[in-house]
Amino acid sequence: MSILIKNGRVIDPANKIDKIADVLVEQGKIAKVAADLKDHTETILDASGRIVAPGLVDMHVHLREPGREDKETVYSGTQAAAKGGITTVLAMPNTMPAMDSPEHLVLLQAIIKRDARVKVLACGAITKGRGGEELTDISGLKNSGARAISDDGASVDNDSLMREAFRQAKAADLLTICHCEDKKLSGKGVINLGFNSTRLGLRGISNESEYARVRRDIMLAKEVGARVHIAHVSCKESVEIIAQAKQQGVQVTCETAPHYFALTQEDIVDYDTKMKVNPPLRTKEDIAAIKQGLKDGVIDVIASDHAPHTENEKDIEFERAEFGKIGLESNLVISIMELVQQNILDWTGLIKVMALNPARILGVDKGTLSLGKSADLIIVEPDTEFVLEKSKILSKSKNSPFIGRTVKGRVAYTVYEGKIVYQS
Amino acid sequence: MGWNKKDLLGLEYLTAEEIALILDTAESFKEVSTREIKKVPALRGKTAVNLFYEPSTRTRVSFEVAAKRLSADVINIATETSSVRKGETLIDTGKNIQALKADIIIMRHNCSGAANILARALEISVINAGDGWHEHPTQALLDIFTLKEKLGKIKGLNVAIVGDIAHSRVARSNIWGLTKLGAKVTVCAPQMLLPPGIELMGAKTTCDIDEVLRSADAVNVLRMQFERDENAAFPEQLDYFKKFGITEERLAKAKRDIVVMHPGPINRGIEMSSGVADGANSVILEQVTNGIAVRMAVLFLVSQAKEGKT
Repeated sequence: MSILIKNGRVIDPANKIDKIADVLVEQGKIAKVAADLKDHTETILDASGRIVAPGLVDMHVHLREPGREDKETVYSGTQAAAKGGITTVLAMPNTMPAMDSPEHLVLLQAIIKRDARVKVLACGAITKGRGGEELTDISGLKNSGARAISDDGASVDNDSLMREAFRQAKAADLLTICHCEDKKLSGKGVINLGFNSTRLGLRGISNESEYARVRRDIMLAKEVGARVHIAHVSCKESVEIIAQAKQQGVQVTCETAPHYFALTQEDIVDYDTKMKVNPPLRTKEDIAAIKQGLKDGVIDVIASDHAPHTENEKDIEFERAEFGKIGLESNLVISIMELVQQNILDWTGLIKVMALNPARILGVDKGTLSLGKSADLIIVEPDTEFVLEKSKILSKSKNSPFIGRTVKGRVAYTVYEGKIVYQS
Repeated sequence: MGWNKKDLLGLEYLTAEEIALILDTAESFKEVSTREIKKVPALRGKTAVNLFYEPSTRTRVSFEVAAKRLSADVINIATETSSVRKGETLIDTGKNIQALKADIIIMRHNCSGAANILARALEISVINAGDGWHEHPTQALLDIFTLKEKLGKIKGLNVAIVGDIAHSRVARSNIWGLTKLGAKVTVCAPQMLLPPGIELMGAKTTCDIDEVLRSADAVNVLRMQFERDENAAFPEQLDYFKKFGITEERLAKAKRDIVVMHPGPINRGIEMSSGVADGANSVILEQVTNGIAVRMAVLFLVSQAKEGKT
């Protein structure tokens, strides 16, 4: 099957392309990017007035399978991803069982092979059962297809164990993704520490509980010369620490998520548990620092931290509700609204942080429209306005804080390996 | 002006006029408790359910007495937190009570915001009888009612709130209510018990009890809960009494007619000396009496609002 995409504004930062052109897809690969391609193809898509870009790479996704198929599955999650313009996801290892052994990864790979609608990469756990006490077989995880290791949702508290994890990850040439949270500081906190936690009478989580652990993980990675990726950066101090480390040549990269630049602690009105995320929504100053970090290139990646939860786990007392929100279907549009439309990033900058950079960090051949590469691409209508509706959510869980928002910038088509996997 | 809210969740959500209306209504109900037959038919045929997820005798009984003096039927449900965790969710419990055609749920809960969550899921009235560290509106209303009764006004008064501000729903409700009515509120506690951003709620902060007592027209002394399981280090009991306890010596340097309040139950010798608790400035038992009138007013107003009579 071949597809010719006509007259789109092609954005391909890897090849420094931002121009009106046609894109020809043949046999699942990018065959040609040029003006006025002749159309002897089965499918012609008119992309006039639309953006054509590489499919997005979301390196922080909880697909919940195996174990919590009531929240999400590989099938439902990758359908949701396709709708959001995402053609590659990194599945976080906090499943049941956790992805803490080659055997468990084999189990996951079978599910992926059967059900995935877009590319699913696996992430292994750092410690067994993500318990923070005993390291997994890190090189074994790598050999079973893990693209990275992480205990996401938890941080490895033991410094020397974490140092050893970095050492082994380096030996296996594997990326380590760190969920930075010092539980001794965050404790039973549920929202950002400050006026709003005081007003609502909820336990607070300080910025320090995040950035103290960012500092430690960077220091340990630097000591052993390992690559480290800091997950879901939410506060200004973390951005500063990472900027300094980058200047010193530490192999550190990092991500933020749309809710950390689109929402603040003030959005938690009337105990709305859809706003309960970890790390918590912070302040306007933190948002400004996150946006500046994206602009300056200190923050390399926007990932969703897609965290589906059932209504039973969310429609309860705020303190008891689960942390997390879904994001696969809103990641791009919220980023367009908050970054492109506010002139923080141009389209090239946006595609860099949402496709090219995460692909490079994960070491996968994605995120570009280079000739001969897998034809993973999206066609976006940047000016189409619509409302994010609960009834339209494809994810099994509906815990989105953005429901009801009027947004601009719709994914019209998502193409994965040369096939249309989503069409609006 | 009238009352149009089906719920009472906190004083943050009320206007000064709405607070004044509750106080005025309470004023008119206070007389009922002095009658030979302490009952009016205002809520006859209505059912009020006391749904308490946290142990409480004082507040529960006060609500029960208030509802009965209005001729409502009262049902008490005491739910252990653990059974909720295992079984029914808060909203399901609320919907079951609603299905029993009860009219008002009076809820005490250990989670902040529980009353907000229940109220928006139900059509019947929800009265917050204390939720976590968030609000305890009827306690603050009875404190304010008592203060107004003693000093004739609220506007311009200097009110000190002393104790564990960080973990106190009574403090939060008092700050909202008093500042809305024009009082100047200062909260006084060891630094570790002053929560961040409390100034933005309209209160000044200090760690110097003697300084705050010098200008205070009233002092509301909070119960110290030393058994708390929190990260923050807690002061030693004796040390706390020395530095923050309200004693006769301290009161001697305060205004002669300073009003001393306490939401109870008192830890004698920790928050205040027995001499102060039982002394001439103490209005602690009057607070208990006024609590009935204030809760009658709240029960009456929310049930009126539901019927659209106001």
